[in-house]
Amino acid sequence: MLSMSNNNSMSYNDQGGAVESATEAGLETTPTTSTGAGFGLFSTDYKKNDDLKAMLESSKDSLKLEAMKRIVGLIAKGKNASELFPAVVKNVASKNIELKKLVYVYLVRYAEEQQDVALLSICTFQRALKDPNQLIRASALRVLSSVRVPVIVPIMMLAIKEAATDLSPYVRKTAAHAIQKLYSLEPDQKEHLIEVIEKLLKDKSTLVAGSVVMAFEEVCPDRIDLIHKNYRKLCNVLVDVEEWGQVLIINMLTRYARTQFLSPWKQDEIFEENCEQAFYGSDDERNNKSEPTSKPYVMDPDHRLLLRNTKPLLQSRNTAVVMAVAQLYWHLAPRSEVSLVTKSLVRLLRSHREVQFIVLQNIATMSIQRKGMFEPYLKSFYVRSTDPTHIKTLKLEILTNLANGANISTVLREFQTYVKSQDKQFAAATIQAIGRCATNISEVTDTCLNGLVLLLSNRDETVVAESVVVIKKLLQTQPTQHSDIIKHMAKLLDNIAVPMARASIVWLIGEYCERVPKIAPDVLRKMAKAFTCEEEIVKLQTLNLAAKLYLTNAKQTKLLTQYILNLGKYDPNYDIRDRTRFIRQLIVPNEKSGALSKYAKKIFLASKPAPVLESPFKDRDRFQLGTLSHTLNTKASGYLELSDWPVMAPDQSVRNVEVVEPFTQSTTLAGKVKAAKPDDAFYSGSGDEEASGSGSESCSSEESGSDSESGSDDEENGRKKSSSDSASSSNSSSSSGNESRSSQSESGSKKKNLKKRNPRKNKKSCKNKSENDKITKSGSKTKTDSVSSESEESSSEKSSSSSESGSEPETDSDSGTDQKKQKPKPKKEETKEAREKTTKQEVSLLDLDDFAPVSMPTAPRPAMLSPSLITDLEGLSLLNTSLSIDVTSPVYVPAKSHELLHRMSGKGLAAQYHFPRQPCIYSSDMVSVQVTLTNSGDQTVEDIHIGEKKLPSGLQIHDFNSIESLEPGASITVSMGIDFNDSTQAANFQLCTKSDQFNVSIQPAVGELLLPVTMSEQDFRTQQGKLTGMNESAATISVNQENSSSRAIVHKVVTAANLGVVPSAEDRIHRFAAKTVKAADLVLVTVELKEASTAQLLINTEKTVIGSMLQQELKAVLFQG
Amino acid sequence: MIHSLFLINSAGDIFLEKHWKSVVSRSVCDYFFEAQEKAVDVENVPPVIPTPHHYLISIYQDKIFFVAVIQTEVPPLFVIEFLHRVVEMFRDYFGECSEAAIKENVVTVYELLEEMLDNGFPLATESNILKELIRPPTILRSVVNSITGSSNVGETLPTGQLSIIPWRRAEVKYTNNEAYFDVVEEIDAILDKSGSTVFAEIQGVIDASIKLSGMPDLTLSFMNPRLLDDVSFHPCVRFKRWESERVLSFIPPDGNFRLMDYQVSSQNLVAIPVYVNHNINFKESGSSGRFDVTVGLKQNMGKSVEGVIMTVHMPKVVLNMNLTPTQGTYTYDPVTKILTWDIGKINPQKVPNLKGVICLQSGAPKPEENPNLNIQFRIQQLAVSGIKVNRLDMFGEKYKPFKGVKYVTKAGKFQVRT
Repeated sequence: MLSMSNNNSMSYNDQGGAVESATEAGLETTPTTSTGAGFGLFSTDYKKNDDLKAMLESSKDSLKLEAMKRIVGLIAKGKNASELFPAVVKNVASKNIELKKLVYVYLVRYAEEQQDVALLSICTFQRALKDPNQLIRASALRVLSSVRVPVIVPIMMLAIKEAATDLSPYVRKTAAHAIQKLYSLEPDQKEHLIEVIEKLLKDKSTLVAGSVVMAFEEVCPDRIDLIHKNYRKLCNVLVDVEEWGQVLIINMLTRYARTQFLSPWKQDEIFEENCEQAFYGSDDERNNKSEPTSKPYVMDPDHRLLLRNTKPLLQSRNTAVVMAVAQLYWHLAPRSEVSLVTKSLVRLLRSHREVQFIVLQNIATMSIQRKGMFEPYLKSFYVRSTDPTHIKTLKLEILTNLANGANISTVLREFQTYVKSQDKQFAAATIQAIGRCATNISEVTDTCLNGLVLLLSNRDETVVAESVVVIKKLLQTQPTQHSDIIKHMAKLLDNIAVPMARASIVWLIGEYCERVPKIAPDVLRKMAKAFTCEEEIVKLQTLNLAAKLYLTNAKQTKLLTQYILNLGKYDPNYDIRDRTRFIRQLIVPNEKSGALSKYAKKIFLASKPAPVLESPFKDRDRFQLGTLSHTLNTKASGYLELSDWPVMAPDQSVRNVEVVEPFTQSTTLAGKVKAAKPDDAFYSGSGDEEASGSGSESCSSEESGSDSESGSDDEENGRKKSSSDSASSSNSSSSSGNESRSSQSESGSKKKNLKKRNPRKNKKSCKNKSENDKITKSGSKTKTDSVSSESEESSSEKSSSSSESGSEPETDSDSGTDQKKQKPKPKKEETKEAREKTTKQEVSLLDLDDFAPVSMPTAPRPAMLSPSLITDLEGLSLLNTSLSIDVTSPVYVPAKSHELLHRMSGKGLAAQYHFPRQPCIYSSDMVSVQVTLTNSGDQTVEDIHIGEKKLPSGLQIHDFNSIESLEPGASITVSMGIDFNDSTQAANFQLCTKSDQFNVSIQPAVGELLLPVTMSEQDFRTQQGKLTGMNESAATISVNQENSSSRAIVHKVVTAANLGVVPSAEDRIHRFAAKTVKAADLVLVTVELKEASTAQLLINTEKTVIGSMLQQELKAVLFQG
Repeated sequence: MIHSLFLINSAGDIFLEKHWKSVVSRSVCDYFFEAQEKAVDVENVPPVIPTPHHYLISIYQDKIFFVAVIQTEVPPLFVIEFLHRVVEMFRDYFGECSEAAIKENVVTVYELLEEMLDNGFPLATESNILKELIRPPTILRSVVNSITGSSNVGETLPTGQLSIIPWRRAEVKYTNNEAYFDVVEEIDAILDKSGSTVFAEIQGVIDASIKLSGMPDLTLSFMNPRLLDDVSFHPCVRFKRWESERVLSFIPPDGNFRLMDYQVSSQNLVAIPVYVNHNINFKESGSSGRFDVTVGLKQNMGKSVEGVIMTVHMPKVVLNMNLTPTQGTYTYDPVTKILTWDIGKINPQKVPNLKGVICLQSGAPKPEENPNLNIQFRIQQLAVSGIKVNRLDMFGEKYKPFKGVKYVTKAGKFQVRT
């Protein structure tokens, strides 16, 4: 269907074969056009156009090309080449691609003027739209949509719709651009275009994202509802969008967020109060909203998502991107987080002059409200003599904003240098800045005033004048005994010629004439003498002075006043005549004077409010930062207002996306992109969940490991001191959000890999496993990547993911400083009626190779199982058991580590291992082991890796990444996975360095072969009932007195073995549950306290060996103190 | 977004115009000229100028004003950044961004601009992509083209445009595989009268010149990454690896590019390699003054300080200067009032000195402030912050590349107040 065109396309070209001779002649006669072409060249233009026409009609491509190049040259110079339109258009179907492109350039330029002829070319484009070459399709669409001819609107519309479903993302991108072109040509098409935009917004390609958002902003910026479903996707792909698109998306999302989320600022006071708690508290950042006692602010996870995903972009080389992120943080982030952007903004100041200008403006606005943000960078705003004046003035502005009691002396010293600058405009600005500092910081008012007075003896007139004006303002704000200064200024009157300064002095003396009773009349005398030569502004002030003196000191000044009033009466300026008349009526008593003259003194000598010296950047933040409107301080056309925060949180569920479609093609670059690709299903269902009473607020797991805690809050409120818990949880948001990013980003892709490689493990993967955050070794923070989705099958009774973080919120939040102190807390119980929500396990492959993806970027990605399918499978597999067993994160992670290799035997290399009790990321059959390698020798150890393995049958080891080198004294922690096959056999292997091999072995304690699970007490009993007889081992043990409290028992047990706690109604009975890692057999432990320091220990499991070993183990720990 | 672009030379001629939407008359530039006139100095032209129907956003580079015409709200930095990208592209293609070069290659320029923006929105700004679409002009190619009639324009969509690594073109082949890195650090400093440091910081860039075949995946690590305080990267660098491991992991573009910008953390004291002794005074009466400046080495870091140049913007009243340098040459331009002293390499034994008389305009008051001295210098083989590249590893390709790292320290905005 695609290649019908090329033969026909020649038809235009064949026409003008006979003109070659003429063309050749024409070539010689064309001089290169000179630059200063004016009217005089019109005539020669005609001649040239003739020969161009001949060339265009020749049959040789090279001649045509030559002609087109010259025509483009004409266009570039802004000359009119429109007469050639018909001749050029004929070449539109040329096969020569360069010629064709130049014709396109021409067409786009002149089509609007010559619509009829332009129509001739349309069918060529229509053909080209079907070309197999995507570049040709795209450029045809580009030109077709750029030809501003209203007649072809329907054709354009059709082309856009078609291109929007094109296979090539490049063509779809072009379609997105075409949307606004069509819209600007024909706004009536809006509705249809919105449909296309809606479709393109769903596009998975990062190439399209930026362009379609631009189309959205231009065509229908108010249709915020179109964004809902794509919000999370946009946030997640943001890192991979090209930089220009990033700017637009960030700006659009800023507006979006302001309409959809609650203000994070209202809580700032509370935040500050609790910040200590938050600092140490758990990561529980979102609490359930239904909590009645206190209503703490809880950041919407989507809000957090946006903040988190934009943060890395601060490192972009594109200044516009950095600015966009900065303004997003300014407008959206909690106050405490805004300062994240400071450093990057200051960095931008090293860029080009123009960039500096814009950035400084924005910093100026920011620094008014938040001094603290930029104060540490005060010196970065020091002015250099080589800066352009507008940059200098802006820096000065910022320095003034940042000045406070602590740094004012430094700032003033710096100002001293500036005052002497050769750039007088800047020196004057500095004086104003000093004035502002003086009013703002009362400690230095006198110093500043004295400094300014010193400046009055400066030789430069502008400096003196500016000082006078500023002093005048200062004196006004400080109506105290500064008569010395006033006297000094009176003397200056003889020397200063700048009208504004003279006027200021005269006004000052008038205003404070009672403080300088002797000098004032003399000044008036002098002014009267020179009255006629003064500027208007000075004359007006002289009139004022006369009036004031007349009122206070009529005896001495009556005659002078009358003299001045008479002069004023005949002044050429009507303002002055007017003023004179007014004053005369007011002060000079005569028979006609009305009631007002009685109050003349009050009128003239009323105390005046002091002028407020404030920054011109005050209130500029009514405009979104970084925008053109902000720069201009007026509303630019097309500016979209940033709305205020909503009072009530809008429905969050609108952003839920139900089905996850597999991501199309190749847009992931594993190394960079992972963060960008958690699939949308992460969130699905969360809104609904929240709405429902049982409130198991599902996951958005990366948000914070502990947020799924919220599900149980309702149930647990009775036991917990709910308010303290919630307060701490909401406050910890910032810390957890930031840290979780890296680990989460890995998981995003791992998940996919898993699905690709381990489809057979679907059954297991139905468990919600938590994933180890690599950063935090002690398990203080556990991220759970639970993908939950709504299952349609209500029969599957999977209960929700109780993805607990390692650090459970404490009952008492401020005791959370130390993980070890933490009291294990029973896992929440999920009632069966709870919505079935299934969670899919995130087992994944570590991205061992950031590099590998490069070689296979275009490799087709196997479609991943959609969560709903997984849910189905899961439902089936567990249907018969009909209970809710979920793997949870460990209750407690002991920090104890075991020696793998002593440094003596390891020739300086020491190794220790410990069990982080996290589900292994390599395989769900494996136990994850963290090995800490330390180089305690004095030489760099190179190439540390695992060598030969001598494993008992059934065991497997997943190696850690080999370590290239380890500096002396350095240590590194790597994680590996070992499949122990549910036995305590040791895994023997060789730890190799470049030069040596050491035999080492890891033997797990039986307690590490388990994964904790949650279940309800009822389920526990049911399961226990099935595991009797052979599978049950009971023993009476003696318990150390110290351990007899329930708290101690739980602690002891979970330390010894990775067991989950099952909530128990009875005080004396403690139940724990786990399953083995490999075979996933249940292990149920019951400890029942009896009288006299004894207890009944009951273990039910099919794995009797494990059962008995566990029994020994527990017996020992409970007996010990 | 960007509606039109006008290029204006220093004489005020509009020598190129390009429109991406409907045509905007060039008379709109009158507002620009007005602002330019008001600003006196080209540096002072405000980057954003509002006019009744449009907004003009301009940059000034290489004696050319790039004036973009905007009709609706758009982040100004977006436009400014784009214009600078255009300038870079011109330099990349033509070696320079002069008026002559642009006029000579006007067709290529037009084709480039056409590809870079669609409807005013950036379409392709990666040099590797553009070079596949429009090949840069070379003498050989233009000869060949004129004979064979082939063109400089690529016929297919560059693979980079669709790939996840748009910055790298496909199927790169070299016989010698080389990767060079230049670590260039600049010391920005303000020294006060007494020679003490008011403000100093070190900023650095790593420029790379990479000629490697295929799809190499490089990892560059530092001995002391903690020194780096704030960084920005070329898009090829993986943020995540940097954040977790402090290594630069990237698939490089082909050719020259800036890998990263960094700022050295401000806690570290900055070593200032030179000192300046100065004694400049203008006599209160009469029309002369004295000028005596010595530049010497303060901290000799075992490397020689080269390319030392001092420039001084003298006050307007200075008519001429009669000076004697003990080393190098000096010039004084009485029109621009700029004194330039090209010292060259500083010899620690013999301290360069420039001494003599300043002739002032008679009758004019003496300047109240002494001029600031701007110093330039260069130290080869040294990164003053102490940053060191540890190693460069390559993955994904089999061959062994030739690798090299070069360190240079320069003076940035290095100013001595007198």
